[in-house]
Amino acid sequence: MTMENLPMAGTPANVNKAGLVKNDYRGAPSTLCQGCGHNSISNQIITALYEMDVVPEEVLKFSGIGCSSKSPTYFLNRTFGFNSLHGRMPSIATGALFGNTTMRGISVSGDGDSASIGMGQFKHAIRRNVNMVYIIENNGVYGLTKGQFSATAEEGLQLKHQGTNPYMPIDICLEALVSNATFVARSFAGNPKQVKELLKSAIAHDGIAIIDIISPCVTFNDGVNAYHSYAWGRENEQPLHEISYIPPRNEIMLEREMEQGEIREVALHDGSVVILKNVDKHYDPTNRFEAMRVMEEAQRNNWLITGLLYINSKAKPNLSATFNLTAEPLNKLTEVDLRPARSMIDTVNAMMF
Amino acid sequence: MNKIINDFSITVGTKNGSGSSTANNTILRSIFKMGIPVSGKNLFPSNIQGLPTWYTIRVNKDGFIARQEESNIVIAINPDSFAKDLASVSAGGAFFYSDDIKLGINRTDIAVYPLPIKSLVRSDQSIPNDFRDLVGNMIYVGALAHMINIDLEMIHTALSFHFKGKQKPIDMNFSMVKMGAEYAKNNFEKKDPFYLEPMDATKDLIMSDGNTAAAIGSIFGGIQFAAWYPITPASSLAESVIQYLPTLRKREDGKQTYAVVQAEDELAAIGMAIGAGWAGLRAMTSTSGPGLSLMTEFAGLAYYAEVPVVVWDVQRIGPSTGLPTRTSQADLTFAYHIGHGDTQSVILLPATIDECFEFGWKSFDIAERLQTPVFVLSDLDIGMNQWMSKPFQYPDTPMDRGKVLWEKDLEELKGNWGRYLDKDDDGIPYRTIPGNKHPASAYFTRGTGHDEYAKYTEDSATYIRNMERLKKKYQNAKNFVPTPILRETKGATLGIIAFGSTENAILEAQHLLAKEDGIKTDFLRLRAIPFADEVGEFIEKHEQVIVVEQNRDGQMHQILVTNYPQYAMKLASAVNFDGLPASAKWVREGILAKYSASGKKTSAKKKAEGAKPSRTSKKEASKKSAIKQKKK
Repeated sequence: MTMENLPMAGTPANVNKAGLVKNDYRGAPSTLCQGCGHNSISNQIITALYEMDVVPEEVLKFSGIGCSSKSPTYFLNRTFGFNSLHGRMPSIATGALFGNTTMRGISVSGDGDSASIGMGQFKHAIRRNVNMVYIIENNGVYGLTKGQFSATAEEGLQLKHQGTNPYMPIDICLEALVSNATFVARSFAGNPKQVKELLKSAIAHDGIAIIDIISPCVTFNDGVNAYHSYAWGRENEQPLHEISYIPPRNEIMLEREMEQGEIREVALHDGSVVILKNVDKHYDPTNRFEAMRVMEEAQRNNWLITGLLYINSKAKPNLSATFNLTAEPLNKLTEVDLRPARSMIDTVNAMMF
Repeated sequence: MNKIINDFSITVGTKNGSGSSTANNTILRSIFKMGIPVSGKNLFPSNIQGLPTWYTIRVNKDGFIARQEESNIVIAINPDSFAKDLASVSAGGAFFYSDDIKLGINRTDIAVYPLPIKSLVRSDQSIPNDFRDLVGNMIYVGALAHMINIDLEMIHTALSFHFKGKQKPIDMNFSMVKMGAEYAKNNFEKKDPFYLEPMDATKDLIMSDGNTAAAIGSIFGGIQFAAWYPITPASSLAESVIQYLPTLRKREDGKQTYAVVQAEDELAAIGMAIGAGWAGLRAMTSTSGPGLSLMTEFAGLAYYAEVPVVVWDVQRIGPSTGLPTRTSQADLTFAYHIGHGDTQSVILLPATIDECFEFGWKSFDIAERLQTPVFVLSDLDIGMNQWMSKPFQYPDTPMDRGKVLWEKDLEELKGNWGRYLDKDDDGIPYRTIPGNKHPASAYFTRGTGHDEYAKYTEDSATYIRNMERLKKKYQNAKNFVPTPILRETKGATLGIIAFGSTENAILEAQHLLAKEDGIKTDFLRLRAIPFADEVGEFIEKHEQVIVVEQNRDGQMHQILVTNYPQYAMKLASAVNFDGLPASAKWVREGILAKYSASGKKTSAKKKAEGAKPSRTSKKEASKKSAIKQKKK
């Protein structure tokens, strides 16, 4: 899959189809803790975009507040970004994406940012099908304020200085699904290949793509028994399926590669395809009821279910596509397009009494 | 009896939700179309149906159309407020009432006209049952029209406008008007002195409300994005934006150059608007006090991150369980310092309908020029009531998109620019906009933790530099905001400073102060903060300056004292915060209570005791009024 192995004649081995090297996708050096799952996710974002030949100037980065929300600094230096307010990233992204609707948002949030203070905006962005990848780097803890419980922390979790968590956790994927998300996935930062493939699918999806990535906090939430720890995650991860993302291809290729039986393909809006190797052969990620069932089942069995849980690429247009906007990006329009003609002032005055 | 022509007030007491607003607007519009200066104020409770509501109309040939506290003609339709309505008629006034209200009339000093509204409506078989109460209001319109000489043709014009030319409702309502007029003609003997006579004072004017004007102004300002959440009295602003955009920004290809989103709350509304402003769109949101409270954190972020956005605050008394349908100027200091830490806002203060239009487009120019949130503080009185207005004027300056660098600009600079560099020494940096394809165009937006090149830093010296530049930018803002309007009187030593919808009341109070009290005044109407140089000069020039406003704490007075500490002792505060549109009476009494010009200090203090502005005891207040005592 990666271009590194398939150098084309006349181009340096590490240049992608956008004419860029991987370095063009990097950001500032991370200031997060060593071993933080978030850094691993940032690296997969870099790799996914590089491998998909995305031009950095053609996406937008958004984040709220928290350790996770700091991470957009650490990827895509050449991309406009907005590190906004705690829990309010979705509204900033919603407005900003109207500026130029050819641009797709890549948003990073955390469990505090999206499941607590920003639960309202999280759900309303989903409801509106805002055109962005919405990554929740979920560690069950408030890292930046030094280790308080978040709303996704499991009941009974014990943390130093915090005691025992008395409340039931919020399941981000279930919340997304009931809010009518068109793409819901979960992964584990310690499973970089799956993270990358899910990111690629999410980037190719038209509309909102929710990816809940369990991303252990090495400093404040890494007890062996903690749901959001590496040890627990590795042991209890139940991948729904092996997943591979295949970029858009022509139909001949598609027919030739078609295998029977074990493989289920999910077509994305841009012609690209996600191939799922099902652990459970009956699992169909386009079936919302099934998605609900496997999540419920996983919760009861204390499994960390990962993979593409739900996708509906034909459900509805993304938010800006519902507006019949000009082909020219709104933010390139000038006075000629925006100010009514002089004669309209008489029309308006005549409309008044 | 001497006729009183074109100089009186009419108050209609009805129930909320009874459909009387059509009738009352019809009276207002008919008088306007007769060429007579007129205003109408809806005084309503926070309720959909059932509670008492009043509509007060002021007719004045000299153009003094602030709310008049005294009611000369009262129309009582609501049994629940009947006694109060009857008591409120001025001596020698007229009282119309629906004769199904079987309460006694205990006054002999007024003309009384009972109207059999219910039986008259019932007599017209063509009116469907469920329309009777609604069109029944037109009976009082007709009766009043006959008694004070409202031109029936103008009533027809007003109804045609209201029903957008739909013949059926126009005919149904107009037939009731005629029936009311006919009844009055056959049954009433004119016993009151109030008459209308056509004039020529309004033919060049239009009639509209401030929210409509603001919306249309925004469209002429090139609005591209609006996000909003419903709240009285601001909802109709966003609704008007939605209503007028398709007509005023129609394109041949049928494509939209704008988007309006109803947000889930005010936090999201301003968040979306800031996102859009950051992405290069002319973006706004509209709200009232409680909504503005929710917008506080974002307003602070936009100030620090230097994002242009326009916020309309149609002020009312809050909170939602306060008096949310009453007018107020009490969000001023809040808006002025909105946000955490050291923030100062650019504030525009429209006073008229045409200024709502003008600030509608101008606010975008100012926001984009200064790369900062601009708050436009209107209020319920100006936002929701129908006012006479100069026609809207086409913007007299081209759009100012501010300092924006596109690809070719960065090419020329060889990519060498800094988002927060003070290149022009005016505190205003250059910005780039998403979609700019130059590899050096992008930057990561954060609060204040950045250097001149938008790179993350928490270095103290860099932070201080940035904050000082923001202050410089704010001071520079006075060069871009509307300047105050000065109305001078020869030989005046007393200055009045006010802003917003109190203007008509102040102008009339100036007239009364000169005529009744021999006090000449100059009036400076503020239109923006930060203050233009004229404000300091005005205060400096006068022995005393009284700041008149509609809030408890004298908020503009506070801001002026802070900005001009050297003149603090000259500045006095006169306030009224009863939630009703300003009247000349309270302005005059408030000024007299604070007036301390040389030689009048002692008597002014005495006046202050007798002339405390108070709505509940207004009769007593005017009887005891020191002004009259002095005259005797």
